[in-house]
Amino acid sequence: MTYPRYVFVWVALVVLTAITVTTASLNFGRVGILIVLAIAAVKSTLVLLYFMNLLFEKRLMFKILVPIAIGVLTIFIALTYTDVLYR
Amino acid sequence: MSSSHSTSADIQGEGVRARLGLWLFLLSEILLFGGMFLLYAMYRYKYAPDFHAGSQELSRFDGTLNTIVLLTSSLTVVVALHSLHVKHNVRRTAIFLAATIALGLTFLVVKSFEWTAKFEHGLYPGAKFLLSQSHGLILFFGLYFTMTGLHALHVMVGMGVLSGVLNFVLRGKITPDHVTIMENGALYWHLVDIIWIFLFPLFYLIT
Repeated sequence: MTYPRYVFVWVALVVLTAITVTTASLNFGRVGILIVLAIAAVKSTLVLLYFMNLLFEKRLMFKILVPIAIGVLTIFIALTYTDVLYR
Repeated sequence: MSSSHSTSADIQGEGVRARLGLWLFLLSEILLFGGMFLLYAMYRYKYAPDFHAGSQELSRFDGTLNTIVLLTSSLTVVVALHSLHVKHNVRRTAIFLAATIALGLTFLVVKSFEWTAKFEHGLYPGAKFLLSQSHGLILFFGLYFTMTGLHALHVMVGMGVLSGVLNFVLRGKITPDHVTIMENGALYWHLVDIIWIFLFPLFYLIT
């Protein structure tokens, strides 16, 4: 990584923020939340891969940590949703 | 020669262990906030119109501004780390660390203006005006203050850690070959940024 690459990632993050805010004011209704969350996921992936250096990490241990945490959270959320939806 | 080699390998190994420890801590942080996001998701599902109304009360401008401020602080801290680790430029490292801390402070100042405005309108947990509103609105502001408050606490802790790192850099205790503490401080700061990346659209941009 070099300075210009870091700046490029930052520009991408700012542009994505602008897109999120614009999307929200366009009012996509129910799909809006999905678009906004997808953009947030892309932004955090950029931060994880480039700023937190996971892209250049050679050790498997570090590469699997975040997917594990996201997996656990997904299970929590999915199970809770089925409970709330079919109550 | 061989002894100096093994010493540097030890330091590397120690760095990896320290980093792994910090990552495990970051995962526990993700689950801490994850539980709150889960609560948020369920109440938003149940009280969608109230959450929309509550979101309208928040300043979209302040939220966007603070998002840019935190994203920029993530850039400055990564540049500081790169300046020391790769470029061996202590002066530039110190400048960018100081900039990161200043951006953290900027975030908190904007946040305090936002909270003050909410307090003045009687929109805080336990306020008579808020309690007279609908159930969903009470929950929205309860979650808003808890989650952004806990996040702001993390920003303060991060600023404290980075101030310590800056102090070490200036006193020559963190050198280009021994950046583990600084690396870990930066990782924590990035996580705080990631949490805000999710908080921002969920509270400020409900349509």
